[in-house]
Amino acid sequence: MSQAFPNFVYLVAGVLFMYVLKGLSHPRKAVRANQLGAAGMTLAIVVTIAVAVSSPDIHGIGYVLIAAGIVIGSVIGATFAIRVPMTSMPQMVGLLNGFGGGASMMVASGDLIASGSHSTPFLAGSTMVAGLIGTVTFFGSLVAAGKLQELKWVPSGNVIPRQQLVNLSLTIVCFGLAAWAVYNPAVTIWVFWPMCLLAAVLGVLSTTPIGGADMPVVICLLNAYSGMAAAATGFVLNNNVLIIAGALVGSSGIILCQIMCKAMNRSLVNVLFGTLGPAEGSATADEVYAGKVKSASADEVAMLFDNARRVVIVPGYGLAVAQAQHAVRDLTNLLESRGVEVEFGIHPVAGRMPGHMNVLLAEANIPYEKVREMDDINPTFEQTDVAVVIGANDVVNPVARTDPKSPIAGMPILDVDKARTVVVVKRSLSPGFAGIPNPLFAADNTLMYFGDGKKAIVDLITAVKES
Amino acid sequence: MTIDVFLICLTILTLATFLGLELITKVPPTLHTPLMSGSNAISGITIIGAILVAGMQGKGVFVAVFGLLAIIFAMINVVGGFMVTNRMLSMFKRKD
Repeated sequence: MSQAFPNFVYLVAGVLFMYVLKGLSHPRKAVRANQLGAAGMTLAIVVTIAVAVSSPDIHGIGYVLIAAGIVIGSVIGATFAIRVPMTSMPQMVGLLNGFGGGASMMVASGDLIASGSHSTPFLAGSTMVAGLIGTVTFFGSLVAAGKLQELKWVPSGNVIPRQQLVNLSLTIVCFGLAAWAVYNPAVTIWVFWPMCLLAAVLGVLSTTPIGGADMPVVICLLNAYSGMAAAATGFVLNNNVLIIAGALVGSSGIILCQIMCKAMNRSLVNVLFGTLGPAEGSATADEVYAGKVKSASADEVAMLFDNARRVVIVPGYGLAVAQAQHAVRDLTNLLESRGVEVEFGIHPVAGRMPGHMNVLLAEANIPYEKVREMDDINPTFEQTDVAVVIGANDVVNPVARTDPKSPIAGMPILDVDKARTVVVVKRSLSPGFAGIPNPLFAADNTLMYFGDGKKAIVDLITAVKES
Repeated sequence: MTIDVFLICLTILTLATFLGLELITKVPPTLHTPLMSGSNAISGITIIGAILVAGMQGKGVFVAVFGLLAIIFAMINVVGGFMVTNRMLSMFKRKD
């Protein structure tokens, strides 16, 4: 088969991939765009199988491998997609990042072994880069997904002494080996494997120290890496659609990474290598909370809604943990049936991945028009009667505005404290990821409504109905 | 791979990156999770490289194993990515 026809089909697939991203600019167009993307992928796969089958090299085992791989992969992928609960989407995306990187690494490996040695610096360099990024992505993503799934045996924190220094050294050695292969392509087949081994260690060690609220940044970064690995594989195979798709995915990951970092007022370097913790001399929990925290029962909170005209609900990761999204929907419907205006305010880093809260609320059938971004909702808090914070902490901590020494200083927050009354649904006064007390909980206009997110909301619904 | 081919690849990479940055800036935050799962699906395009590697004959058992694993991984991304994105986006669709 001539290369002209497959290449034309690849171009069509590339255009359809761009259309997917374009369609994601609005929820109404997105479903169709995604289906067109899937169609483009199907075209690309079918024409590639045709190329492989019509090649003179192929014999029985080749057919078996291709068929078996496609069937096994499809079954696993479909099972994941159908069964994953929406609360576990961060893990799912983390795993998919890893598989993407792993696939790119293995394609580069297979191509390298098949060709024996690489003849030009460009080919050698592309192969090394695909192997390096692909391996780091694969192992980093497995650790990230394991941590998000809260698997006990997945290493967490700094697992060896001077871990950052070790990571830096590993990075330098990996790039050194890649540079060697570029300088002398004949050695590629020898330096590729040790580099991948080091990259595997680097992938694990660079992900273990990152946790909690920093997870969205890492997931985005690994997303970008998986795209870059695909693009590098495109260089190896001299295949345009791989380069295009890789570039699109890479730029998506980079943009999301930037948005997340900006929403925390931290640099990427600080997220990856820095530590977050209370500064010297900042207020302790006892100083902030002592004698000032007011606890309320479901009935007392229900009374607040009696003469409220506008309520804003601010969900955080605690909502996902408690699976409280459906209970929140019921509360919303109940309040709206009594003429209360209800809206949702979402902080960009709420949850464990970008847009996580929006997906959970959409799952509970809450229309996306009611779900508003931080910059949109913030000016409305002053006209809000009750702000209900469910399982969020650092993203509503007013210290970010007031204390320049705080670890979250300058981080944009949701200004819930400006609402007439704030109700915080939370299990305890335990600090959030930043490890600092939250003066909002002790504010005059705040009521703490202690309890597990879901049960607390269900009790509240009962109380509202009875009042 | 000659320098000419390399430069063509680099040109495509640069242009596609700029286009990607433009397109993704317009994606609203509410769709950022589907964006990530959708881009996972798109990066499954490595499947075409995987099929070509797996179809190569007489290159030894390692090439066959890498080819097979690469197809499985990429296919998980393609099928899992597009399906889960579709599942999420359907939830965002306005219920009329």
